Amino acid sequence: MLDSKIPSGPIDQKWKNRKFESNLVNPANRRKHTVIVVGTGLAGASAAATLGEQGYRVKVFTFHESPRRAHSIAAQGGINAAKNYQNDGDSVYRLFYDTIKGGDFRSREANVYRLAEVSVNIIDQCVAQGVPFAREYGGTLTNRSFGGTQVSRTFYAKGQTGQQLLLGAYSSLMRQAGQKTIEIFSRQEMVDLIVVEGKARGIIARNLVTGELTTHTADAVILATGGYGNVFFLSTNAKQSNASACWRAHKRGAYFANPCFTQIHPTCVPVSGDYQSKLTLMSESLRNDGRVWVPLKAGEKRAPGDIPENERDYFLERMYPAFGNLVPRDIASRAAKRMCDEGRGVGPTGLSVYMDFRDSIQRLGHATISEKYGNLFQMYEKITDENPYQVPMRIFPAVHYTMGGLWVDYNLMSSIPGLFVAGEANFSDHGANRLGASALMQGLADGYFVIPYSIANYIGGTKLSPIKNDHESAKATLAESQTRLEALMKAKGSQSVDQLHRKLGKIIWDNCGMARNEAGLNEAMVSIQKLKEEFANDVRVPGDNQLNSELEKANRVADFLELGELMCLDALERKESCGGHFREEMQTPEGEALRDDKNFSHVAAWEFTGKTPKLHKEALVFENIHLAQRSYK
Amino acid sequence: MKLHLKIWRQKGPQEAGSFKDYSVDNASEHMSFLEMLDFLNTSLVQKGEEAVQFDHDCREGICGSCSLVINGNPHGPETGTATCQLHMRKFKDGDTIVIEPFRAKAFPVIRDLSVNRTAFDRIMEAGGFCSVNTGNAPEANAILIGKETAEKAMDSAACIGCGACVAACKNASAMLFVSAKVSQLALLPQGNPERGRRVRNMVAQMDQEMFGACSNTGSCEAACPKEIKLENIARLNREMVRAAWVE
Ligand SMILES: Cc1cc2nc3c(=O)[nH]c(=O)nc-3n(C[C@H](O)[C@H](O)[C@H](O)COP(=O)(O)OP(=O)(O)OC[C@H]3O[C@@H](n4cnc5c(N)ncnc54)[C@H](O)[C@@H]3O)c2cc1C
Ligand code: SF4
Ligand code: FES
Repeated sequence: MLDSKIPSGPIDQKWKNRKFESNLVNPANRRKHTVIVVGTGLAGASAAATLGEQGYRVKVFTFHESPRRAHSIAAQGGINAAKNYQNDGDSVYRLFYDTIKGGDFRSREANVYRLAEVSVNIIDQCVAQGVPFAREYGGTLTNRSFGGTQVSRTFYAKGQTGQQLLLGAYSSLMRQAGQKTIEIFSRQEMVDLIVVEGKARGIIARNLVTGELTTHTADAVILATGGYGNVFFLSTNAKQSNASACWRAHKRGAYFANPCFTQIHPTCVPVSGDYQSKLTLMSESLRNDGRVWVPLKAGEKRAPGDIPENERDYFLERMYPAFGNLVPRDIASRAAKRMCDEGRGVGPTGLSVYMDFRDSIQRLGHATISEKYGNLFQMYEKITDENPYQVPMRIFPAVHYTMGGLWVDYNLMSSIPGLFVAGEANFSDHGANRLGASALMQGLADGYFVIPYSIANYIGGTKLSPIKNDHESAKATLAESQTRLEALMKAKGSQSVDQLHRKLGKIIWDNCGMARNEAGLNEAMVSIQKLKEEFANDVRVPGDNQLNSELEKANRVADFLELGELMCLDALERKESCGGHFREEMQTPEGEALRDDKNFSHVAAWEFTGKTPKLHKEALVFENIHLAQRSYK
Repeated sequence: MKLHLKIWRQKGPQEAGSFKDYSVDNASEHMSFLEMLDFLNTSLVQKGEEAVQFDHDCREGICGSCSLVINGNPHGPETGTATCQLHMRKFKDGDTIVIEPFRAKAFPVIRDLSVNRTAFDRIMEAGGFCSVNTGNAPEANAILIGKETAEKAMDSAACIGCGACVAACKNASAMLFVSAKVSQLALLPQGNPERGRRVRNMVAQMDQEMFGACSNTGSCEAACPKEIKLENIARLNREMVRAAWVE
């Protein structure tokens, strides 16, 4: 049985209790301890900066050229916090409640409560760093609304919230680099985890410029390496985002939790052709003012502007009057898919729906809309060559976020002692569906406010024998990495890595995407097996062992193939629908997700065995929030 | 569409580079510029040839990874656009397109079109921050900042650190980049306590990294994908004067 190490006491005392019971490390001793942080997104940069400030010796790795380029930079819409500045009924408890409900009751209460609790400190910290959040004329901070909530608690910096928060964390990171508490290894990719006597004791990193593999030992390793949405090839994630760090750790003993919980975001720019390399998100904040609709009748050929009001179906407003266009993402995505399945989709492929700003422009004026969403409108126009002030945007759901990830306990420690996982890379807070503006909150909560306590608690309470780079395990792990890379370099097949990756993406999108069923998932697992063989026999990786994007991709796609298989297995095993995991066999008469709390109120944590993965279950206990069918009607 | 490409190929920082000719036959005008390069790379890989190396990640104009000098313009012909946001519909069938790396002494070529811009990180390390440890922050609304000031700071903070300003400048000056950060933090009260130190240290580091001097020609502003304004440079200069007098 998995021990989630939830502290004792009532929900609002648990975090206080844990902080009090926690072991500490004397400030003078901290510099004797090396902590490795892999990743410089919001979670990694904030964790590293804070640990550096506290005096640990921190080594930070990123495959990016600079820590500031991490995928977090692209987040647009905003970050939640239970400040209740709008005096509209928000509270820590309500944010907790909304997140549990939004996640369709598949997350851990204690973690989510802590997240809501520290959310308020995050905003204070970011403001102090100089993050230019949007403000009122009087000088106070302003908020907007996001899906799945009825209060206004989202803080934002134009449409560039992720950028500003990351630059804040990055500035703190660079400040520590200047003070020599942190050493930054950029363009260096972790390719394996070193485990000694059952504990995580370091990593093997590949210098992407020179190809050199090096060993780095430490007392604890933190993975803040982001999500695995790029399994699908097409997603809104940055092109380089990948799952390899987590997957290698998984193969060394870290359990992978709920891999089938992926989020399909309803408002993305639709696919335009088979050369498409990635998809672009149109922030959820647009649903504050954009109305989503399709024509009433199937096969409509008229331009949107020529379709009269009574021949339009504002389907979200019709189906979910209480939340309207601001229903959670999984619900909005499925509704859009249903419209397209009914033949009412629009655009050249019939795979999109309108998001229309006509009414808001009339009500608020062009200037206000432009002030709120100008950069998003411009981004849309650059991609599609259409002006959204004049013609409604066309949007379609796309893979966006992964709720699944490495299993962690309340302290964010994985099933390998000494290996911690923060941010999107862990599974902890969002259950089966994440609410908008909550990933930035979680990344920074983990990094600024949770990880530092966890590290002190672990290092302060664990006997760690000294370890050198030439330790047997370290040498063996290095040799394995070497062999693996050499094998990839020898491949002389006929297909590029991207071609094979696209095939994987299609299998998973078709069978383990917005809707899943038993037959499809079984079929997908067979197809992935075949694709793995195809990859082994027919991939082509030209070039040498120095800066070589083809080699980098091959190394990552090999892992995506294995992870894709586990996603399908997990989806097959979870015979219920919840949040983003929609099993067609399990739905209400209205087509909503039908949970099975009796049999599936648990976290599915998979252990790598080399053969069939082994399932471990962590029971989810709801002591505070009453389990109920989600309703946004 | 059919395109003729002249692409800079260079094995490593120490090796000499040269232009190589490629042709792409079936590009679509809806492709992004980088998708066109992906398309070229797939065909090269299938033939067992080395793919062209270039930096990219977000492909939506925010991470600052993509670079490229396209027909002589950093980030290509369109204003306010990063290379990754450029689409082939801006070119014509039969066009010849010259693609080079960003060129500056401070940005050595790593391979092909990929350059090393870590000098920017070191400038940030020298002073591009407010010294506030985690846990030390006052309540957010205790610091009142007017809407206009916040928006002005945001405009400066929009810099993506791509380095196009450097590539566009005949002196390879990094003034636009540095002044954007200095401005953001000079405009906000949070930046006040370290105002003088910050600007002095950042400018000193910029000089040490071998960026050239600013001669106010404005080519940086024209190339900047985020339309960072020259007035930031004026503000930086005022901050330097202020630092000399006040601190
Ligand atoms: C387009 C878009 C918009 C979004 N908008 C919002 C929003 O408005 N609000 C919100 O709350 N959330 C939003 N999200 C989600 C949110 O941005 C992400 O979940 C979050 O930023 C993830 O942060 P992270 O720190 O966990 O990881 P990332 O930012 O993905 O960082 C991962 C880091 O790990 C490094 N790394 C990975 N593997 C390795 C390796 N093997 N070796 C070395 N380094 C490695 C990378 O270099 C990088 O530095 C959005 C997501 C997308 C795609
Ligand atoms: S100022 Fe503009 S061109 Fe220069 S680094 Fe910033 S965004 Fe790029
Ligand atoms: S790839 Fe991120 S800005 Fe162009």
